[in-house]
Amino acid sequence: MSFQEIVPGQVRFIGGTNYKRLLNPQFFTAVKNSLTYMFWTIVVLIPVPMILAVLLNSIPGKKSYLLRGMLFIPALMSVVVVGTIFRLLFASSDMALVNRFVGLFGGEPQAWLLAGSWKSMFLLVLIATWRWTGINIVYFLSGLQQIPHDLYESAEIDGAGPVQKLFRITIPLLKPTTVFVTAISIFGGLAMFEESYILWSAGSPDNSGLTIVRYIYRRGFEAADMGFGSAVGIALLFLVLLVSFTFLKITGFFKQERV
Amino acid sequence: MRTVGKKSKVIGFGTVGILTVTGLVFLFPVYALVLAAFRPGQELMRFGITLKTLIPEGLSAENILGLFTARKGAYGFWLRNSIVIMVLRTGLSVLFSAFVGYGLGMYEFKGRSFFLSLVLFLMVVPIQILILPLYRMIISLRLINTVWGVILPFVVYPFAIFFFRQYAVTLPRAFLDAGRIDGVSEIGIFFRIMMPLMIPAFGAMIILVSLQSWNDFLWPLIVMRTEKMFTIPIGLNSLLTPYGNNYDMLLSGAFVATVPIIIVFLLFQRFFISGLSAGSIKG
Repeated sequence: MSFQEIVPGQVRFIGGTNYKRLLNPQFFTAVKNSLTYMFWTIVVLIPVPMILAVLLNSIPGKKSYLLRGMLFIPALMSVVVVGTIFRLLFASSDMALVNRFVGLFGGEPQAWLLAGSWKSMFLLVLIATWRWTGINIVYFLSGLQQIPHDLYESAEIDGAGPVQKLFRITIPLLKPTTVFVTAISIFGGLAMFEESYILWSAGSPDNSGLTIVRYIYRRGFEAADMGFGSAVGIALLFLVLLVSFTFLKITGFFKQERV
Repeated sequence: MRTVGKKSKVIGFGTVGILTVTGLVFLFPVYALVLAAFRPGQELMRFGITLKTLIPEGLSAENILGLFTARKGAYGFWLRNSIVIMVLRTGLSVLFSAFVGYGLGMYEFKGRSFFLSLVLFLMVVPIQILILPLYRMIISLRLINTVWGVILPFVVYPFAIFFFRQYAVTLPRAFLDAGRIDGVSEIGIFFRIMMPLMIPAFGAMIILVSLQSWNDFLWPLIVMRTEKMFTIPIGLNSLLTPYGNNYDMLLSGAFVATVPIIIVFLLFQRFFISGLSAGSIKG
């Protein structure tokens, strides 16, 4: 499809033209935004859930279940719901909660959603943090359960403190989980669409929320330019493969036994 | 020894404290949503969520009750569509993934490693890049604006196949032989012997797939055309219009929409972590 021009009722082969059209500022903005979003979600969504999972794992039974539930509930919410709550929290009026909070520290009220620049990215990453922390905690918890208990006991006998145990045992043995969670964060980060669409249904200020999938949707459906949209899709596929293979190579994934 | 006990108690208390505060911060937007769902929307529309709207005062169930009469009962249709899609998509995709994954994990056959690589490769391909070709397929199959159009592309779910395969590898092969000796058919072995052993895996995948199905946005947005066929997320999204947002219906509808998925989660959650840890995440 990416080599075709598709208008209602007819399809024509046009060679590489769609790929040449990729070289335009909007496409590069989309790629840049997707990569930036992926970068920040990884920076936040690996260490924070890992620490919370370690803490959760250290307290027994019922308390742990309750706290786990509290942290997991955001993951059950539809992105439309999440987007709406954040729209209302970050509303432009100086009465709105976040602006009140900013005001407490002497800051000026902001039109968060309309401001563009880093504020758009901040909102997107904040929403991702809220939604995905609970899920990543579940992954890390399941990883923690596979670490044999006697390792900690023998470390304790050798006089290791909690910090040493964390860095010498927990983090190294969690590596498979960390690799897995990072990998799904890469895919999720590069494929983000919904959050941006809910926050800015008509298009974001200065394209600050334009992601690659948003660009596919805009060209393919809104502008009915399916051939070009497909070319953007192929570009995304290459980007995903490139980033994830580089990542897996660095982490030595291919050397491990995969069973 | 005593001091050690005391020290760990202090650490324990600090841990619970940190987690409780974090938990409350995470729950705060949910709290704001619940209050907003029971409050007339004018204020929210003008100022957003303010300190005043966070105090549970002047609440009424009017929004919730109005939900099913507004727009000729559109919300009822959205709810029905979402439930039908969730049940069918979860049932089909978990069952097929279990078949395929079990086959890949349990049997030796020609081309097995090729199929496994194929599944691994498909796990990496984001579904988002396939929306345009899928859209054309669904059009030519005349499934646009139908429940099957939403479900069909997700019946094959590579991650679940891989997950079940990882699980099946750990199943005791002796049971397979024992079943064969007793004359149970291969399908009978799957359903009567192996499936009960894979219950945690089924639980984990049921949660995961129903969650994805319930909250899916992009694909139903493309497939569903008429208001009656919307799913809940698409319907709620349609309330955000350039001519003013219908926050009353949106927020109360959002609140009600969270209830079914929480029920699913509570039903299967005890398998969630154990199922996940027994399965895929071994690198």
